[in-house]
Amino acid sequence: MSKVRALVGTRKGAFILTSDGKREKWDVSGPHFTGWEIYHFKGSPADPNRLYASQTSGWFGQVIQRSDDGGKTWHQPGTPAGEATTAPDGQPKGESNKFVYDTSAESGKQLTTHQWYDGTQHPWEFKRVWHLEPALKDPNTVYAGVEDAAIFRSTDGGVSWHELSGLRGHGTGPKWQPGAGGMCLHTILLDPSNPQRIWIAISAAGAFRTDDGGKTWKPINRGLKSQYIPDPNAEVGHCVHHIAMNPSRPGVLFMQKHWDVMRSDDAGDSWREVSGNLPTDFGFVIDVHAHEPETIYVVPIKSDGEHFVHDGKLRVYRSRTGGNEWEALTHGLPQSNCYVNVLRDAMAVDSLDKCGIYFGTTGGQVYVSPDAGDSWAPIVRDLPAVLSVEVQTLS
Amino acid sequence: MIRIVLPPHLRALAHVSGDVELDVDGPVTLRSALDALEARYPMLRGTIRDHGTLQRRPFLRFFACEQDLSHDPPDSPLPDAVVCGAEPLIVLGAIAGG
Repeated sequence: MSKVRALVGTRKGAFILTSDGKREKWDVSGPHFTGWEIYHFKGSPADPNRLYASQTSGWFGQVIQRSDDGGKTWHQPGTPAGEATTAPDGQPKGESNKFVYDTSAESGKQLTTHQWYDGTQHPWEFKRVWHLEPALKDPNTVYAGVEDAAIFRSTDGGVSWHELSGLRGHGTGPKWQPGAGGMCLHTILLDPSNPQRIWIAISAAGAFRTDDGGKTWKPINRGLKSQYIPDPNAEVGHCVHHIAMNPSRPGVLFMQKHWDVMRSDDAGDSWREVSGNLPTDFGFVIDVHAHEPETIYVVPIKSDGEHFVHDGKLRVYRSRTGGNEWEALTHGLPQSNCYVNVLRDAMAVDSLDKCGIYFGTTGGQVYVSPDAGDSWAPIVRDLPAVLSVEVQTLS
Repeated sequence: MIRIVLPPHLRALAHVSGDVELDVDGPVTLRSALDALEARYPMLRGTIRDHGTLQRRPFLRFFACEQDLSHDPPDSPLPDAVVCGAEPLIVLGAIAGG
């Protein structure tokens, strides 16, 4: 019998929601890491019991947590308690919450600043991990997208982290600027057909791709239009909110930008708008059906100044045509007096035969649709504000 | 033997309850006390002081014997009452936030 496990990060801790394949009755475990912000929380495709969580706090900084038993127990994968933090040769041992930007002459030196809100230059400062992306084949390899924007990789199960500095080193860093939530690298997509290819997205810099395993990167923002950027063909500076992909068709990408829903059929080399008949094309989440690569989901948000759903109605919009033609999915969702937001990492799909769709709100609800969006039910209603939702399909 | 009082979130992270008791080699200062704390509990590295600069994180304060030590030089001796274990060194989160 199949099972599903939803990993929910919130403003005040993590929760694990489990159910059988019917997805009707749910067990709720948590809060884990009570009182801490859990920006993201994800399992390894290679070992579903290996989970990584980004635990963060304005007071105490960044912590990486790891579970090797599906979330029953957790530990920080750095030096164990009671052990010396330096090796016999004097070198520091791994520290799982240490994210140090590369400042070597070849990479970081020329990128000591990025653009600040007022247009002045500002030094890079590590704040937190927004997104953890475990590698597809190796449970000990995991990528971290951080604020201020950079990508790090651990190949030792989260014990130590090293920046893939070619991203900041490719030259446009001084033109990157923070969005309202900070200058965060929030999206990491790994190509299942090409281990050398990774896509990432940054608010507000745009989307980037590497085709050599992270050594070199290029911006892939052709076709994006952003009204606050004077240059209509700007290479970077776009506030991309999220990108999604169906693993069976990795060259086709769907993007929720600040405004506009976009699509690329050439791995990001060019984009075209597919907002179509959406009531508003502002939003944060976007995801793709597990078995139907042309079926995509968004949750339109009223505007950049009003971060809640349109008309007080919580509606997921589905397109079965890869965009442009959208239908509102409302059955089981509140259709009056609802003013929640759905943040960029707070939607996920399972891979059961009848694809399940999940999302969490800033009001603390986590909804599931076990029938690809036709009907919805709350799994939980009263969690802290939901920051992220990931789903594992377990056999 | 000195005593350190940690805020609840850091106690949870270090898997301790109540005060932490530590032996400190040499003169007892903020730096040597925190060095000893982080050596015993490596999971606290980076949560009180920045990994690289060892500067106090902005939203944390250090108190002892009803004195605010947050802005004292890290190598200043701690009060005698802390050195002998009669009073704790308190690591405290700023009150702002929720």
